[in-house]
Amino acid sequence: MKTVAAETLDTDRIHRIMAVLDEVMDPEIPVVSVTDLGIVRGLSGDPASVLVTPTYTGCPATLAIEASIRLALDSAGFGDIGIRTVLSPPWSTGWITDRGRERLRAYGIAPPPDDAAALRSGGGGPVACPRCGSFETVEVSRFGSTPCKALWRCTDCREPFDRFKCH
Amino acid sequence: MSPSLPIIQPEDEAKADRVQGGSYHAPEAVEWHPALFDYLLRLGDDSLILGQRLTEWCGHAPALEIDLSLANIGLDLIGQATFFLNLAGEVENAGRDGDKLAFHRDVLAFRNCLLVEQPNGDFAQTIARQFLFSTCQLALFQGLVGSNEPRIAEIAAKAVKEVRYHAELSAEWVIRLGDGTDESRQRMIDGLDWFWRFVDEMFEMDELEADLVAAGIAVDRTQLRCGFDIRVQQVLREATLPLPEYPRAIRGGRTGHHSEHLGHLLATMQFLPRTYPDAVW
Repeated sequence: MKTVAAETLDTDRIHRIMAVLDEVMDPEIPVVSVTDLGIVRGLSGDPASVLVTPTYTGCPATLAIEASIRLALDSAGFGDIGIRTVLSPPWSTGWITDRGRERLRAYGIAPPPDDAAALRSGGGGPVACPRCGSFETVEVSRFGSTPCKALWRCTDCREPFDRFKCH
Repeated sequence: MSPSLPIIQPEDEAKADRVQGGSYHAPEAVEWHPALFDYLLRLGDDSLILGQRLTEWCGHAPALEIDLSLANIGLDLIGQATFFLNLAGEVENAGRDGDKLAFHRDVLAFRNCLLVEQPNGDFAQTIARQFLFSTCQLALFQGLVGSNEPRIAEIAAKAVKEVRYHAELSAEWVIRLGDGTDESRQRMIDGLDWFWRFVDEMFEMDELEADLVAAGIAVDRTQLRCGFDIRVQQVLREATLPLPEYPRAIRGGRTGHHSEHLGHLLATMQFLPRTYPDAVW
């Protein structure tokens, strides 16, 4: 994998910074980290900084996420590492890692499809209930408790659940 | 090599270098254009004012799901406004940022179209306004993705994915209400009839935007009208609704001639930061 880390960041520091970021959890879905969600876009040298991108334009968690990353970096002795917001390319649910998907599912949130074909078709394929695994599910509301989730219901186990929207 | 570093292409990094801490540096790919500030106010104010209007529904919508939807659409719009108005402040280079432009400008200095400042009315009116606005904004942002001004292009590319949801959701509600009960149908007809007079202004071009179109920065709004009309007709047909009667169009928002309603909206929105100008969290 290609990185943009410059000389100011040797491999050891990159490992340690990424390990710190792996522990920074999303404020609204506290089981997935900022690296699981793909909102950490990488590290950039000169000046050394973490590149982050917002999920949704108006996501109110963006500021909280930046503050959490700042706190984690400072606590781990990386006070010299900055944080930069990047908009382009725009965030996509395709960047959520496999570990992130599994953590979402275990938390009761149906993860978005991970393959490019599903993303292109708008994620219209069948959605598995995160509780019982049934595909007998229906959309209740396209907007859920946060901008990134829709409200669904399983017609087999009758439980409502959040689905991470394909984006 | 770290196992979990995402791939960053060099061109992405070059783009990333233009933004720092959420705020933007001065333009580099395009020479400063005198009309850019006003254009960014138009884009940002449309989103800001409609976003503020939609938050009035919070806790009042007919059902929980649509309450969440309207609040989330409002949130997306306020997010767009933050980016556009921060960029406007950057371009103006007079020490004003997005917050300053949103909360410390008077009504005559706002450049939003009249449609977005109209009161919510009943639920069908709010849906009519959203459907007309989002259908237009979707086409506009799809065009702005190709703007020569890279910072406008990247905001549009980010927002267009969200606006697609807004346009779809509001179209579904137009169909549900139009093809629903006698009551919902009549209200949907009334809502569309009322807002139809504000549609022309969204596609209006003036010298300012024509200059920006010539510079490859803006989109020619008149070119978007045909696609808009086709989409509206398609949805209204499915909703079994008649096309609205064509009333005399009302305009003036782009030059600061607003309806009385905007002043009341701003009074609510700006009250706190104006009362405590230097307050921080």
